[in-house]
Amino acid sequence: MSDITYLPGKEPHPKETRRIFRNINREGYTPSIKCFMKDGGYETLKKVMEMEPADVIAEVKKSGLRGRGGAGFPTGVKWTFIPRGNTKPVYLVCNCDESEPGTFKDRFIVHQDPHQLLEGMIIACYAVQAHFAVIYMREEFPEAAQIVQKAIKEAEKAGFLGENILGKGFDLKIVLHRGAGAYICGEETGLINSIEGVRPYPRIKPPFFPAAIGLYGCPTIVNNVESLCQVRQVMMRGGEAYAAEGAQRSPGTRIIGVSGDVKRPGVYEIISGSITYGELLYDICGGPKKGRSFKAIIPGGASAKVMRCDEVLKGRNPDGSVRKMTIFDVPMDLDSIAQHGSMSGSGGVIVMDDTRSMPKMLNNLNRFFAWESCGQCSPCREGNPWMLKLSTRICEGKGAPEDVDLLKSVADNICGRTVCAFGEACSWPTQAFTTKFRDEFLALTKPINAEKPHSPEAAEARKFLTRED
Amino acid sequence: MSETPNAIEAVSAPIPSPGEQYFPKFKVTPALVKEAQALVAQYPEGKEQSAVLPIIHMIQEKFGYICPESMPWIAEMCKSTPIHVAGIVTFYPGIHRKCPGKFHFRVCRTIACAMGGGEELLAHICKKIGVDPASLTDEEPMGISEDGMFSIEAVECLANCGFGPNVMVNDALHQEMTPAKADKLITFLKKNTINA
Amino acid sequence: MLPKDAAAAEGKVNVQINGKWYRFPKGTRIADACNSVGAHVPCFCYHPKLSVAGSCRMCLVEQGMPPRLAPGATPQYNEDGYQTISWMPRAVIACANTVAENMGIRTDSKLTSEARRGVLEFLLSNHPLDCPICDQAGECKLQEYTADYGRGTHRFTESKTKKGKNLSIGPRVNLDQERCVLCRRCVRFMKEIVGEEVLGVVGRGTHNAIACYPGTELDSNYSMNVVDICPVGAMTSKDFRFKMRVWFLKSTPTIDVTNGTGTNINIWTREQQVYRITPRQNDEVNSCWMPDDARLAYKYINAPARLTTPLVRTDAGADQRPSTWDATIGLVTEQLHKCAPTEVAMIASARMTNEELYMVRALAKQLGITKLDIVPRTGEADDLLVSADRNPNSTGAKLILGKEGKGLRTIRNGVRNGSIRFLIALGEDLTSEEAGFTAEDLAGLDYLLCVSHSENATTKAADVVLPGVTFAEKYGTMINVAGRIQRLNKAIEPMGEARSDWDIYRSISQSLGCDCVNVIACPSPMAVLEQMALEFEPMHGLTWGNIGNEGKAIIETGVTIPLIEREKAKK
Repeated sequence: MSDITYLPGKEPHPKETRRIFRNINREGYTPSIKCFMKDGGYETLKKVMEMEPADVIAEVKKSGLRGRGGAGFPTGVKWTFIPRGNTKPVYLVCNCDESEPGTFKDRFIVHQDPHQLLEGMIIACYAVQAHFAVIYMREEFPEAAQIVQKAIKEAEKAGFLGENILGKGFDLKIVLHRGAGAYICGEETGLINSIEGVRPYPRIKPPFFPAAIGLYGCPTIVNNVESLCQVRQVMMRGGEAYAAEGAQRSPGTRIIGVSGDVKRPGVYEIISGSITYGELLYDICGGPKKGRSFKAIIPGGASAKVMRCDEVLKGRNPDGSVRKMTIFDVPMDLDSIAQHGSMSGSGGVIVMDDTRSMPKMLNNLNRFFAWESCGQCSPCREGNPWMLKLSTRICEGKGAPEDVDLLKSVADNICGRTVCAFGEACSWPTQAFTTKFRDEFLALTKPINAEKPHSPEAAEARKFLTRED
Repeated sequence: MSETPNAIEAVSAPIPSPGEQYFPKFKVTPALVKEAQALVAQYPEGKEQSAVLPIIHMIQEKFGYICPESMPWIAEMCKSTPIHVAGIVTFYPGIHRKCPGKFHFRVCRTIACAMGGGEELLAHICKKIGVDPASLTDEEPMGISEDGMFSIEAVECLANCGFGPNVMVNDALHQEMTPAKADKLITFLKKNTINA
Repeated sequence: MLPKDAAAAEGKVNVQINGKWYRFPKGTRIADACNSVGAHVPCFCYHPKLSVAGSCRMCLVEQGMPPRLAPGATPQYNEDGYQTISWMPRAVIACANTVAENMGIRTDSKLTSEARRGVLEFLLSNHPLDCPICDQAGECKLQEYTADYGRGTHRFTESKTKKGKNLSIGPRVNLDQERCVLCRRCVRFMKEIVGEEVLGVVGRGTHNAIACYPGTELDSNYSMNVVDICPVGAMTSKDFRFKMRVWFLKSTPTIDVTNGTGTNINIWTREQQVYRITPRQNDEVNSCWMPDDARLAYKYINAPARLTTPLVRTDAGADQRPSTWDATIGLVTEQLHKCAPTEVAMIASARMTNEELYMVRALAKQLGITKLDIVPRTGEADDLLVSADRNPNSTGAKLILGKEGKGLRTIRNGVRNGSIRFLIALGEDLTSEEAGFTAEDLAGLDYLLCVSHSENATTKAADVVLPGVTFAEKYGTMINVAGRIQRLNKAIEPMGEARSDWDIYRSISQSLGCDCVNVIACPSPMAVLEQMALEFEPMHGLTWGNIGNEGKAIIETGVTIPLIEREKAKK
């Protein structure tokens, strides 16, 4: 077994509200079905199986639950996209490919509390009347694969899976399908192709949702691990009660993963919108490391646009008047940060302090995206290596000031022209980094400054390098 | 076949590795066929191709890597074609065309881990096990020690970003890794034949 | 009535393309709609006969729809009866999306061209730009679109991704992975049309490349179609590589004569030399494809074995010697006059055009002979395009001569038992397996007259040899197995002194004293066709012009072409 200590420790921070993470790092809690059932596990399922499937969907719709994979699409609405009068089998796929850099929440669920996911999945399958479901798990979770596989066996033995579940005549088979280390498999149609055993190229849109045509050409619902656990919460607490808690447009709890330059990085479950980025980073995470200050935040996984901490944002008061604020004043719900040009995505917050060279950060991300591009469509396949080569050259001090503009222009040429959302995911960082930290990039375009972008000499050189556009 | 395989030959050309001594050689046995058939049976009828990845994982677990001889067999098992299987094998970085060492290190170097020193850690472990970090490229991401004991590969995000730098050794994740901790781990692994 | 209702009544929708309104059937792809009205959409991966990949992103167009209505609002129509179009900020691909009512498309707007400029720059970034030595140059989509959307200057100054070059992936096809734009047309063609998954994509991201599995080859009889559909110079024909720059070639539309399907083709020639054959789209005959063996069946046209002058043997046992046409026709006339019609047999060919067959009929009539037939020729059908009937015009032979080869055996027996002393072989090598004569059979004859385009065992044994032409040198029509009449066009002039076969038969008939004005006064194959149109019921009303390049179905044969049937079933 690995030496995961599962920070942030056993006692949650007072600003946290642990629902999905209730049993994460709990003393004596094991992934066994015994432990789960002692804690009220599978009771919700029993309740749900008494209801009509359509009523379950209605309840989830009523809850306002939005997907936690990154796009934030209302889960209940997605379920209703299965074509009316459909006669083909319906499939449900749990997306456990968790591969957006900065995101590390699903890992804890599948390692420590797999039955929570299974119960959520069975409820969702019952609601959409799926009799075959797949958990698509990333290859980098080999231990979780064994844990979940064992949990599936336990659930089958206990009569929660298999034929005639709880005597209600509902059959369900769940198969664990392991990926093999490809970021693109987190894209739902790429994931479906991966399950079908073809190269995991994302499919062209439309159809925009695999609920119309998905796995094996049949209606398929793809939900994130956390989303499915939230479904269980919805059915446990009731749609209305769920909707009443947290931000109006994105109710419920959210799991936030904080990484990078903070005192206490980790995963935290909060009521959506109940705290701001400031509270998260200063109160829960303990602020910047000693003697440093925050410089930039990527608020929603690596593909979200970076935010400068000193950026002055326009916020709106309840009375409609405009006030000045910074990212630290933005509430942590699904939508607020989007108004300021970024996104809260999958809840992975990456923090950079004043010691970081932003071109280097971008270069790292560019390498990630160049490596992970599936290569199906031209802009992404050819654009990503180009961006990587450009940012590498700039970081090595071999770039010209024009290269910074070129870098941005390459990103602009990818964005919005690709088969899948990877095009945006890979170009947003470059667009944001080169725009918001343009001076740092320009400073590197003189070889002498390559290694010390913050030195006085570099600052001096920068003055002459900034061109007028 | 010419001395250096051309781009077509390279699709199934063997890549010799000292790691092979720690794994049995790929051999089709009735038991193996049965196991593959069980994986195929997981999926709806007529969707045999879905079992490509599961069978690949099974082969990789048993034999360490996907050797050239296994690809046509995998294709046969899931009613596919060798070129299709090769397309899958060469796509995923998690599928090895070259046999890894007894202990396979996967060092994360994506943004959060890089900020925690992932790159330096990669260089350190490489040096420790005698692999030239410059030899790790897109085409040949895996380096292996001469004795086949240790192999190393730089990977992207292991989804444990809060606690980087992260290193996976075979199936186990080691978080908040430092060069000193890595040294200790390698020494430990050298002494103990069992998986850490 | 609003335009939308008028269109709906005919199952169509109104679409505005570059400011003008058009009507298209529902379900039409935007790319096809635009191309049909002259608003050209550049495509690499899209091929109308293959599944849509949507991956090259070259066909991006600006698209708009009427604004979404607020609840309870009614749509507003302008004076022409259309709703205003609100344009989307993002371009959409024209290949995967279909037209809709009141949709707007701009193929020439700033948004569209900038998107295409961007995509094209990406495609060129890792391309080797080796046009000077690339066989595709001149018919390369990448070149073509670069002229439209290229920047003119390089912005990519980094090192390029290295991939495999000059790879043999089959007996007839070479692959250059660096030139490839990864449209996967070849992969889809082999999987979807031929049904063999022999090509695939390996690697990932920038290292993606087309490959076949080592030990397997792209050796299908349809492999060379991937060369045609490859939009760039990645797939090249081993046969055509480095032979000729395509811009020097002239293409002539005609049909293939290797089997009864009558695959539509283009013959590519420069001066008197044939360089290659490519398929020509005809959705009733061969779609966009053709078999490799038919494509390579052109080498005999310019081969040394071609006969370029009449040959005569005046003394038994002597060598043949060249002669002139006038003298030879005179000689033939003299010799044929001496023959008793009951001792003469004539073997014609279902490889002849209808016009030739018509003249053969006239000649037989003039000679008063009844022993006449063709050589049947069959092989294995391939369930795609190759028909079991290996004669291109069996249907025509049946219609015009009323012969299917059933009497060939009687003629053979007649030669062997001595009842046939004189043999006229037209366009057939009698020693071929299908014809079944032996060298001894021919040696035992009193007289053998032969018309042929190339030297063979029959011409060598003949007393008189008249040089005819190959299909590349003639005009004419043939009727395929499905009963479709199609035109052959002359791509090159007859070799040397060779003459069109129909003309040879006519000359002999005339010289023998034929006074039928319909035969002797025919100035051209087109005129022969018009004559036949009067005589044969299925040909009524046909003219050279109205057959067109696509041909015309004139006879119900009950025979179908499997590939075409499958394609129709898919629709």
